[in-house]
Amino acid sequence: MRQWNTRKALREERIAAGGVFANAKAIDPKHLVDFLEAVLRPGDRVCIEGDNQKQADVLARGLADMDPARIHDLHMVQSGVVLPEHLDIFDSGIAKRLDFSYSGPQSARIARMLFGGKIELGAIHTYLELFARYFVDLTPQVALIAAVSADRHGNLYTGPNTEDTPTVVEATSFGSGLVIAQVGEIVDTLPRVDIPGDQVHFVLDAGRPFYVEPLFTRDPAAMTETQILTAMMAIKGLYEPYGVRRLNHGIGFNTAAIELLLPTYGEKLGLKGKICTHWALNPHPTLIPAIEAGWVEQVHCFGSEVGMEDYLAARPDIFFTGPDGSLRSNRAFSQTAGLYACDMFIGSTLQIDLSGHSSTITANRIAGFGGAPNMGSDARGRRHPSAPWLQAGAEADPDTPAPLRRGRKLVVQIGETFGEGNAPLFVEKLSALELAEKLDLDLAPVMVYADDTTHIVTEEGIANLLLCRNADEREQAIRGVAGFTEIGRGRDKTMLERLRARKIIQRPEDLGIDPLDANRNMLAARSIKDLMLASGGLYRPPSRFRNW
Amino acid sequence: MEILHFDIAAPTSAGGTRAMALVGVVASGNLEVLVERSDAPDRCAIEISTAAHGFRDLWTAVAEDFVARRAAGGLRIAINDGGARPDTVSLRLAQGVRMIEEPEA
Amino acid sequence: MSNTRQSWYEAGARERIAALVDPASFAEFIGPERREISPHLSIFDLPTQFDDGIVVGCGAIGGTPVFVAAQEGRFMGGAVGEVHGAKLTGLLRAAKAVARDVVIAFDTGGVRLQEANAGEIAIAEIMRGVVEARMAGVRVVGLIGGRAGCYGGGGLIAGCCSTLIVSEQGRISVTGPEVIETNKGVEEFDSRDRSFVWRTMGGKHRTLIGGADVFVEDDTMAFRDATRAALARAPKLDGNTLAAEQARLERRITRFGEASDATDIWQLLGIDDPWAIPDMPATGFATLADTYRERADDAR
Repeated sequence: MRQWNTRKALREERIAAGGVFANAKAIDPKHLVDFLEAVLRPGDRVCIEGDNQKQADVLARGLADMDPARIHDLHMVQSGVVLPEHLDIFDSGIAKRLDFSYSGPQSARIARMLFGGKIELGAIHTYLELFARYFVDLTPQVALIAAVSADRHGNLYTGPNTEDTPTVVEATSFGSGLVIAQVGEIVDTLPRVDIPGDQVHFVLDAGRPFYVEPLFTRDPAAMTETQILTAMMAIKGLYEPYGVRRLNHGIGFNTAAIELLLPTYGEKLGLKGKICTHWALNPHPTLIPAIEAGWVEQVHCFGSEVGMEDYLAARPDIFFTGPDGSLRSNRAFSQTAGLYACDMFIGSTLQIDLSGHSSTITANRIAGFGGAPNMGSDARGRRHPSAPWLQAGAEADPDTPAPLRRGRKLVVQIGETFGEGNAPLFVEKLSALELAEKLDLDLAPVMVYADDTTHIVTEEGIANLLLCRNADEREQAIRGVAGFTEIGRGRDKTMLERLRARKIIQRPEDLGIDPLDANRNMLAARSIKDLMLASGGLYRPPSRFRNW
Repeated sequence: MEILHFDIAAPTSAGGTRAMALVGVVASGNLEVLVERSDAPDRCAIEISTAAHGFRDLWTAVAEDFVARRAAGGLRIAINDGGARPDTVSLRLAQGVRMIEEPEA
Repeated sequence: MSNTRQSWYEAGARERIAALVDPASFAEFIGPERREISPHLSIFDLPTQFDDGIVVGCGAIGGTPVFVAAQEGRFMGGAVGEVHGAKLTGLLRAAKAVARDVVIAFDTGGVRLQEANAGEIAIAEIMRGVVEARMAGVRVVGLIGGRAGCYGGGGLIAGCCSTLIVSEQGRISVTGPEVIETNKGVEEFDSRDRSFVWRTMGGKHRTLIGGADVFVEDDTMAFRDATRAALARAPKLDGNTLAAEQARLERRITRFGEASDATDIWQLLGIDDPWAIPDMPATGFATLADTYRERADDAR
């Protein structure tokens, strides 16, 4: 007779073993490592949160302090590899295999460890893709999560940084796995319940808030004239003609500049209400002036941003908020929104090749994907029409009858032709390909594939790849906006003028923009202080961004 | 420092009467461009002093593009470079030409 | 479509002068076309700037002729080298000779490391120049609100001025945050805690403890208006002024010497909610500061 409840039985064993170091659900903080060694088994599939913003940092420290002789060869499935402890456990042998999405601050070390064979790599995913696998073939046996507070029953309050928690808990708890939460405090009554207590098996009172990193704060003081010029071109050459109302922005300075130009340059062009009304977006401080000027109708957030909490709570018409008043973010839902309900993704990258593939992998850094490839891809399952989507589809495929023609999401790469350290944005061969060869990967880690990319915007102009009819035109369109990079200098000038006549390439002057008019006075805020003032004092920037 | 000299045939002469214009500042990723008048209305002379060695090809491309596109004839241009990117160099050169065309402040 | 306010903090040296003086009144001395560049920097393979990071000349403010100097904080952090220093020294000596007031827009990290000896000597010469000009009845007005702040020798020169006008962004000190942290440890001074740095060295604190005299918005027109007012004050520097200031500084160290954070000092000054000070807008702060601040016009 087959047993049909072995997983639940195993969970009961774990709960019993862990109970020795806990009072009901409350883990004894002095015995955290003993507790973890009791509930874990060698080879377990473990998810540690591990988002790109909030971190279950105390639990991560506990994992790293375990005895590798007792607990080893764990298979980590986590969206963010962010803390040093996340990699320490691979050095010590506690963990062996890794499936992840993003590794911002650890990108150089993770590359070294992959080259050195310290980590057995499953795959690098997009967030949504990894979440999907939590429900198919990567369901965690143990999840270590983070919340603001818990009550005695294990109900959790995540505050504005809900992020990945509901997804991780859903997969783990209903997949018969064990859920352990780190909280800042245990209280009698929670402001709101984000995770029901019957899905949470143990709670650690860490005695302090989880670690969270401000990731989306771009200081307007650092914006250059070139970034402003590029942002002006994007507004006039893309947002306006396509009438883009539903969109996602990347986290770079170029898109932050666009946000700061809406109430000034966008207003002058008469675009208020016609573009940028609905967003899947983290709460970027640089969006404050546009929100205050009445440009924005609604924003759904993947996560929160340090210092934005009071502002978000005071703008519930714009942001999704709970009964306690604070933001409710949700990465899985917002990623889905970005994939299916947005007509444009626009973001920056580090390298673009001659066919239009782009990647943020450089020789020594593996930063992962995060959400960009998901946002920055055409959703083949999309069925609802919208004007920008139909227009882009018609440009790409003028010959198919309209009722049978797929629309296209606008996927825009924006950047300056030379990046940090004078590294060219345009390259013959992506570093991602060299990495794939070096690590013997089946797939090169390409951020946005060429066939998803519809436009490239640089200070030199806009290339519309939808209008290109063959690979040759595509290559020249890319060379035509590649400025003084080697790729740009290798252009065919005659062909370029033909592409310009067909509006495949548009220069600033073709759009009626004089590059010399691009200056910082056009920004709706020129400093973090301006953003704070625009918010009526509700935005409270972290100390590192202050000069007052 | 690497010193580069260019003397390029200029299709269009600079306008205005101002004797001198200065734009930009020598800072990381930035440069200063000093624009003065010369006696050759069909030439543009450019002298660059840069701490970033080995970028002659790039400077040549930027200088030639500038002279072809802007009214740079009869100008003598001196650049102190703080490691600016080519797009910044182009922008400053264009700002310099615009400034020397303006009436004296 | 654009901001009408011109930020002093964002403006360069030449833009600041253009905003300060009457239209078309400025004539530069030893301008960039003279190419009086640093003789030292090329030894270090460092780029030079044609004006060596300072613009000096004469102009008029509200019709009154003045000498003006502005440091360029973006070039080597506005640091003082041999040529840079000589231009300012010369301006101050001229001011004494022809009895004309001087306005100095500071934006400096102090002495340029690559020309340390020449720079240190220049600082001493400039301080002497300020004091001698003032003894002769000339006003020397200092303006501080740039990126580099006013540090090192710049902080010493500023201390010698008749009037100091500062914005919130302006920092005044001799030793910079990183140097304090290096020498005294992060527990004593965390240079990366920016709000702490500004709380300790920024314009609001300096105004409250009498380290600066006039607090203005980060706006070139506000700096211009305050400069006009400062140029209308009676020029004064004598032994009595210095003795009074010495006594004030002695009282200050007794009163605030034990404070570990600027907010402790603000509380001791009688301010109810010191933690609200950093976020206060300029006008509200100026009113509050008028009630509670220590004063040290003419010397500090």
